[in-house]
Amino acid sequence: MATGAKTTGPAKPLEVEGLVKRFGKVTALDGVTLELRAGECLGLLGPNGAGKSTLIRSIVGRVIPSEGRVAIFGSPAASGQARQVLGWVPQELALYPRLTAKENLGAFGRYHGLKGRELAKQMAWCLGWAALEDRAGDLERNLSGGMKRRLNMAAGIIHRPKIVLMDEPTVGVDPQSRNRIFEMIEALRREGTAIIYTTHYMEEAQRLCDRVAIIDHGRIIAAGTAEELIANAFGSCSQVLARFEGPQDGIGAWVERHGGRLVDSTAEFTIERSTEIAGLLDDAAKHGLAPADVSLRRPNLESVFLHLTGRELRD
Amino acid sequence: MIFSIVRTALIALKRDRASLALSFILPIAFFSIFAVIFGGQHDSTPKIKVIVVDEDQSRASQELVRGLKREGSLRVSTAPPATGKNAKPLPDYTAATAEDAVKAGDAPVALIIPKGFGQHPIAFGPGNEGSEIELLNDQSDMIAPQMVAGLLQKAAMTAMPAALAEQGMKYTDEYVGGLTPEQHKRMQADLDALKKIEDENDASGSGAAGGSSKDDGFGGIIAVKSRSVVGENKRNPTVSFYAAAIGVMFLLFTASGSAGSLLDEQESGALDRVLSSRVTMTRLLAGKLTFNTLLAFVQLTVMFLWAWMVFKVDLPGHLPGFAVMGIFTAFAVAAFGILLASICHTRAQLGALSTLLILMMSSIGGSMFPRYLMPESIQKAGLFTINAWAIDGFTKVFWRDMPVTDLWPQVSVLAAVGIALFVIARRVARRWDCA
Repeated sequence: MATGAKTTGPAKPLEVEGLVKRFGKVTALDGVTLELRAGECLGLLGPNGAGKSTLIRSIVGRVIPSEGRVAIFGSPAASGQARQVLGWVPQELALYPRLTAKENLGAFGRYHGLKGRELAKQMAWCLGWAALEDRAGDLERNLSGGMKRRLNMAAGIIHRPKIVLMDEPTVGVDPQSRNRIFEMIEALRREGTAIIYTTHYMEEAQRLCDRVAIIDHGRIIAAGTAEELIANAFGSCSQVLARFEGPQDGIGAWVERHGGRLVDSTAEFTIERSTEIAGLLDDAAKHGLAPADVSLRRPNLESVFLHLTGRELRD
Repeated sequence: MIFSIVRTALIALKRDRASLALSFILPIAFFSIFAVIFGGQHDSTPKIKVIVVDEDQSRASQELVRGLKREGSLRVSTAPPATGKNAKPLPDYTAATAEDAVKAGDAPVALIIPKGFGQHPIAFGPGNEGSEIELLNDQSDMIAPQMVAGLLQKAAMTAMPAALAEQGMKYTDEYVGGLTPEQHKRMQADLDALKKIEDENDASGSGAAGGSSKDDGFGGIIAVKSRSVVGENKRNPTVSFYAAAIGVMFLLFTASGSAGSLLDEQESGALDRVLSSRVTMTRLLAGKLTFNTLLAFVQLTVMFLWAWMVFKVDLPGHLPGFAVMGIFTAFAVAAFGILLASICHTRAQLGALSTLLILMMSSIGGSMFPRYLMPESIQKAGLFTINAWAIDGFTKVFWRDMPVTDLWPQVSVLAAVGIALFVIARRVARRWDCA
């Protein structure tokens, strides 16, 4: 893979230590510590306002931390070396609407110091990577939402960085375009690029990421592989989901008796053995409750988040 | 339903401060500027600068000069102003240096009182040949020569009573001591001549002597020969002025609009992305400044090309001066636009602030009407605008045919203004550096 600046030997791609960022009285980051290993994809999972974007912007040097440090291959954030090995895909469509797809890539390539044949080669690679070859001459503003998202990603990696920070790159795109974006990210991973991928969709984190860090209220509240996080939170437990159609008296009391939660019109219970399901349903029937359907599932990252914070990821 | 629509629009207007400013502040600001310029500000009515060269040094000519100096609406200079605090007074103007001064734009009018004027100060009767006062004027100011010519006649009537009486006595001695047929004939001839001139003045509608025409006759008690020393060969005297004046005003609008791309980029997030690459804030602003300077220069060039093709402004004959003034004007204007964009937080704010500032600068800086028409206080205030310096520079080039080296005051000011505005813009833009 083409590279920008030389990197120092043993330094890790990214180390964040005790990062604090305050905006007036609001503490957006409250002592974040994490590391990104070579070639891995680290998911940063958290609800809106958790501090994901502030953390990403601190890493690319667009936010100056109040405390703590960021090191990119040993170099401070916003240093010349860091800028060359970092690629940033912001949440916004940070492009020039009056430029074509190709011209946008050319502009951001030049801003990263590319020129001549090298620039042309990278532009061609990026257009292919984003499946935009046949739309290269179209103005950005005339592209579809999904194409704009892909171009936004391509502009962030035009200089072929070693680390790519993707800030919710699938916001507002349809499922088909989302799959195309996943394929692009997987292609990058195959080339060994280290990625931080922020999202509040746990399905994306589970599909794409080697490890996941869960962030809430500016703090990393858990980190590890999805399996580790689930095991730490739930052990070998499973979840029972009982969905009700319409309001029924006594659901709340039933859920409370069995230590469950009621989310919308679905009751959730954590059980250690599947035989516990019969007991739950018997008690429901005794109190005149009739769930529309009942299912058993392994806990997922959403369950972990709920377990750790008491809130849903998309609250 | 209608009330609901009104209510919604009112709430939206209240929250849109830029529109509010445009709706209320702009008309008040403009009304005030125009009221000061054209309203009853008599205390600061512009004084016309007149250079007077008294070659005669007779009692009559000296009285006339004193009379002119007493005129409240004239500022009479007989010698160039000394520069520096302890500088020695400079020698009086001569006919040649006065002409040079008018050509250089130091004064719009010069009066040359010739030798022998005191012998025959009034315009009629025998023996007055060669005693005409010469009025040298700059055609770019069409009002000053008219006013000076009129005030000259007034000064003659009020300041030279002795001379006029003496002249009258001379004529009486000559004509009243027994009128011979020959004397009668002479008097009749003079009267006929006076009547003819009166008839001519009535027919042409012109008043006193002088003006911007090439008349060699007289229109009052004193004979005045008028001569344009600047612009006499120009085919369209005011077009080059307005090409510069209007050009600079629209350059300011274009530059601030173009610099507003910074705000678009900030809103889309492109600015953050650019600043996360190898591009620093200083480089980014310098790039925008360079682009906007080139854009403004091209805009000026197109405007002057049009003025050349359609209105016969002599662009090919003034290319070096145009290039120098064009580049420095474009630079100052571009820096102004960058500063405005750096100060503002939204496009709407930029639109309101730029409209307000540019129209105010253009009105007092001479883009809407010549500064010499304005009260002195406004003329001085105009020196704080880019418009005034740019227009002065272009006037020097296209009107006065001055060499490029004489543009140094305008070029220095425009360059200094551009650099200062850019430095301030860079400081203001620190808010975009990092959060």
